[in-house]
Amino acid sequence: MWEYTEKVNKLFLHPQNTGEIENPDAVGEIGSIVCGDALKLTLKIDKKTDTIIDAKFQTFGCASAIASSSALTELIKGKTVDEALQVTNKDIAEYLGGLPKEKMHCSVMGQEALEAAVADYRGEAHPEVEEGEIVCKCFGVTDQKIRRVIKENGLRTVEDITNFTKAGGGCGDCIPKIGDILLDVLGKEAGRKTASPKKEMTNIKKIAMIQEVIEKEIRPRLQADGGDIELIDVQGNRVIISLRGMCTDCKMSGITIGDINKTLKELISDELVVEAQ
Amino acid sequence: MKEVYLDNNATTRVADEAREAMLPYLTELYGNPSSMHLFGGQTHRRIEEARAEVAALINAEPEEIIFTSCGTESDNTAVMSALETSRKKHIITTRVEHPAVLNFCKTMARRGFNITIVPVDKLGRIDLRNLERSITENTAVVSIMYANNESGVIFPIKKICEIVKPKGVILHTDAVQAVGKIPVDVKNLPVDMMSISGHKIHAPKGIGALYVRKGVRFSPYIIGGHQERGRRSGTENVASIIAFGKACVLAKDNIDIENTKVKKLRDRLEDGLLSTCPDAMVNGDTESRLPNTANISFEYVEGEAILLRLNEYNICASSGSACASGSLEPSHVLRAMGVPFTAIHGSIRFSLSRYTTDEEIGLVLQKMPEIIRDLRSLSPFGRET
Repeated sequence: MWEYTEKVNKLFLHPQNTGEIENPDAVGEIGSIVCGDALKLTLKIDKKTDTIIDAKFQTFGCASAIASSSALTELIKGKTVDEALQVTNKDIAEYLGGLPKEKMHCSVMGQEALEAAVADYRGEAHPEVEEGEIVCKCFGVTDQKIRRVIKENGLRTVEDITNFTKAGGGCGDCIPKIGDILLDVLGKEAGRKTASPKKEMTNIKKIAMIQEVIEKEIRPRLQADGGDIELIDVQGNRVIISLRGMCTDCKMSGITIGDINKTLKELISDELVVEAQ
Repeated sequence: MKEVYLDNNATTRVADEAREAMLPYLTELYGNPSSMHLFGGQTHRRIEEARAEVAALINAEPEEIIFTSCGTESDNTAVMSALETSRKKHIITTRVEHPAVLNFCKTMARRGFNITIVPVDKLGRIDLRNLERSITENTAVVSIMYANNESGVIFPIKKICEIVKPKGVILHTDAVQAVGKIPVDVKNLPVDMMSISGHKIHAPKGIGALYVRKGVRFSPYIIGGHQERGRRSGTENVASIIAFGKACVLAKDNIDIENTKVKKLRDRLEDGLLSTCPDAMVNGDTESRLPNTANISFEYVEGEAILLRLNEYNICASSGSACASGSLEPSHVLRAMGVPFTAIHGSIRFSLSRYTTDEEIGLVLQKMPEIIRDLRSLSPFGRET
């Protein structure tokens, strides 16, 4: 059984602001019955002051989805629409005293329902629905949503992204693409450029650079997940590595090796090819 | 408030008689059965008695029983032994197997073996024609469960034997859910290997057995000393083996109760829920099903939410929903059966035991309609409010 906080349990068993507002000024609907969770948020808004005077929800989902929905309505009531838009999924999770990491997507669903409702109120289209490219077909998650959640929550692994968005949690076909988006966002965040020296370099220099990138860029990410990496050999452009710790038998090890390959290509040379021993 | 435990396909309470039987072997009778002295001899003799008790439950010979640590070890051992001894490269299993078989076979596939995963129909029944077509000259082992842990569907193992055995392929069945609940007789069922687990039949966790038919070539999975005649090394889990033997005696004595009293209670629960909770349906073949299992989907509500509401009344069950499992994907069994997602998310498995009472079922029947009604009133979907 999940370890829920007292607040989550309380709001699950006694949710506040349930139901649907009659003649609402805004409606935000997110998720679907197929995906396993869905939230419909209805708002009554004082149009003179732009203040949310009432908020109600209907949720199909687990305890954390219901508690997150309840928390959202509590957090936004009495706020102006602009103030309400400042409420993030982190605020929802904090209000609940935290959520299990695998359930963070419930808080994201709350934030999205609010944004959808505000877009409805303002007669705008929900930007992620309109502009995003579907990356995860199982759960209908767009690249735009993935990028935003990475930035807003400081995510560092594909697993984090799955926990926050569900993307990659179905058939898994989209995991390489999610990994690419993650690397792209992290690369841009770090402001790093492809420092790849395209000209021929000596083997000694190549090995030194590979070791440095492993030490600074790759190992910390793997160690954060209980894994590690060992550089076994460099033969021309073939980089032979071995995964260690939790990475050894991880079902995502193929993705991990792909990520390592991409990082080494990006930072050292496009010609490098990583092989696991 | 007393707990109502309806999650017996996950694990069972240890029978009082089994607990009593094992206690001396946790205290004064602590000898190593391999030791050549009085203390060792006492435990050795008792282990052999327990072996005979386990064998008797499935009508096997004592020397056909190897004690293991659990059903998973039995499953892994059986498939690996078949691959080692046959030296063939093809494995056949089904989409609804327990992960102890399915994930092991998939791991073997990653190590160079070929694997065929046979589908099931919407009632969770295996497609026998598909099974037959899948067998090739290179097939080492067919591993198909006796009864499914989630749907309770019982597979036609005898018919499967008729298809598989004439082709000279090793047949293993994971009978962890079947043994002790329905009569199982290996004299009338020519399987080569069969997995059994103690904690599913009121013995402690951490003890299992693998039946290996006399004459079937066997390769040990755990290698070390001479225990279990070299077929499973490692010092025996003496106290649990003795409790397991006692639990098997009790299961054999109570097999009729499983198929009368327990079944009647299950049917009462199922009929009651279907009549009081609209938009509910049974998952799985009701014609060929374990007497203790009811897997019911309640549309428009989510399984974890139902479980937590039940928990408020100390009622324990299980769900095939993703949110309750820690994964984002719901039950692979219900998906393999083609149960719609709308129903899978709200699936609840009630699994009874001979300790389940009429009053307990009454409490569930009293509380469930209210829980489903409440959760549906929160849900944006559905007809019921």
